[in-house]
Amino acid sequence: MGKHISRRTFIKTSLAAIGTAGISGLALPSTVKGASSEELATLIDIRKCIGCEACVEACHEANESKFPEPEKPFPKMYPSRVKVSDWSEKRDVIDRLTPYNWVFIQEATVRVKGEEQTLTFPRRCMHCQNPPCADLCPWGAARKLKNGITRIDADICLGGSKCKNVCPWHIPERQTGVGLYLDILPSFAGNGVMFKCDRCYDKIEAGELPACIEVCPEDVQTIGPRKEIVKEAHAIAEEIDGYIYGEDENGGTNTIYVSPVPFEELNRAIQQGPGRPHLEQVKDSMAHADNLAKAMVIAPIAGFAAAVGKFYKSAREVTKSDV
Amino acid sequence: MIITSDKDRILSNNLALRWLYNVTFIVLAFTGFGQMPIFKRYYISDIPGMGWTADFYFTHYIHYLGATILLALFAYVSADFLLLGKKKTKLTTSAHVRILILIGVVATGVLRVMKNLPDVVFSPGFTLFIDIGHLGFVMMYFLVALFCLILKSGWVERKSR
Ligand code: SF4
Ligand code: SF4
Ligand code: SF4
Repeated sequence: MGKHISRRTFIKTSLAAIGTAGISGLALPSTVKGASSEELATLIDIRKCIGCEACVEACHEANESKFPEPEKPFPKMYPSRVKVSDWSEKRDVIDRLTPYNWVFIQEATVRVKGEEQTLTFPRRCMHCQNPPCADLCPWGAARKLKNGITRIDADICLGGSKCKNVCPWHIPERQTGVGLYLDILPSFAGNGVMFKCDRCYDKIEAGELPACIEVCPEDVQTIGPRKEIVKEAHAIAEEIDGYIYGEDENGGTNTIYVSPVPFEELNRAIQQGPGRPHLEQVKDSMAHADNLAKAMVIAPIAGFAAAVGKFYKSAREVTKSDV
Repeated sequence: MIITSDKDRILSNNLALRWLYNVTFIVLAFTGFGQMPIFKRYYISDIPGMGWTADFYFTHYIHYLGATILLALFAYVSADFLLLGKKKTKLTTSAHVRILILIGVVATGVLRVMKNLPDVVFSPGFTLFIDIGHLGFVMMYFLVALFCLILKSGWVERKSR
């Protein structure tokens, strides 16, 4: 039953986006594919979540084949400060993000219109529009896809954890003992592979819904073209006098939360720590780089102009001395 | 009045410019390598005053800044050579090799900067190619530069009349 509701919502949202574009967008697969030239975003309506964790379970089932199967014993790593991250024996941990748990349910007991209430909501990678994890990955293992998904390629990732370091929410989680680093210099470089939600890129490619969205009995999540999702988020926020998270965070993400209470309040009420991301305001991490990139366009022009200046100066001097 | 001497005219004799180039290149190489998560692992960032080397945003910013200076320098030097230097000097063989490698460094670097802009998405294989190419060209450049240093091979030589 849940399937139907979420599918319908999805189609509705996608169709709304296509608008007058015609009948080509009617079938679900082509809807998803058609939208892939545009970024898809998800809307998470915090009010609706009942914390049943069906999404968490569905994510496990759908993505099990992508989970790491590390070889043991792990190669000894130097220097000794390099720590092993091994979650392979703790695969059933579901109250935080791990390489085997890409979404978890966060809980916040807050006052909603004067009444104490415990809100629950799924947390996972935000799929930033300009993701620092991908921009700063030295190998291109973490990368953004055209349809707004940021994913880490497990075949290329060396597990240096830089993506986690630069991610404003520190989302990716490392598993030691798997991946390419084993074939290079396992003792001296790399430390496994980083894992996180890939927004079921393979399912989306096949025209299906991400597992966590499809399974949710309360229709908490909706996926569709970002513009539409943002519009819908604003409509809900207006209707309930609510708040939005993710629209501008880190320069904009493809995961938009709507809540009946301010996110500062939720942020104070949630449990935070390793694998349990905050809900703080985040400024655009890549803004500095984007600005400098503009300066880079001007730099060669300036250099060229300086050379031409020097040329004319010396030409004048030559003519002067000729006189 | 004697016109400005050749010493000032020919950029390869300009010591300040050489220094600027060398320092910029070394800073770029260092911050470039710092894009790989190795400075923390190998205690570089533990050296007093070197904590910044483990700050990826900082090293990234410095790398971009260095690249901006380098681009300006390259444009200046090449334009100057075409306008003035070419009359009296010509590029050495090793300069040709180095310029080819530098074109590789700059081209892959520019592509990487483009990739990092919002709304620009490259294919996975191409991104990997750019990243490894950038590193490869730089390593190649260092190797060739080392040879040039040993063989005392400069960038330009006086044209024989
Ligand atoms: S998002 Fe849906 S599936 Fe997940 S916990 Fe909330 S209600 Fe359950
Ligand atoms: S939330 Fe973190 S891991 Fe996810 S796309 Fe943004 S920077 Fe990358
Ligand atoms: S989108 Fe897919 S990978 Fe991401 S949390 Fe949902 S089920 Fe897991």
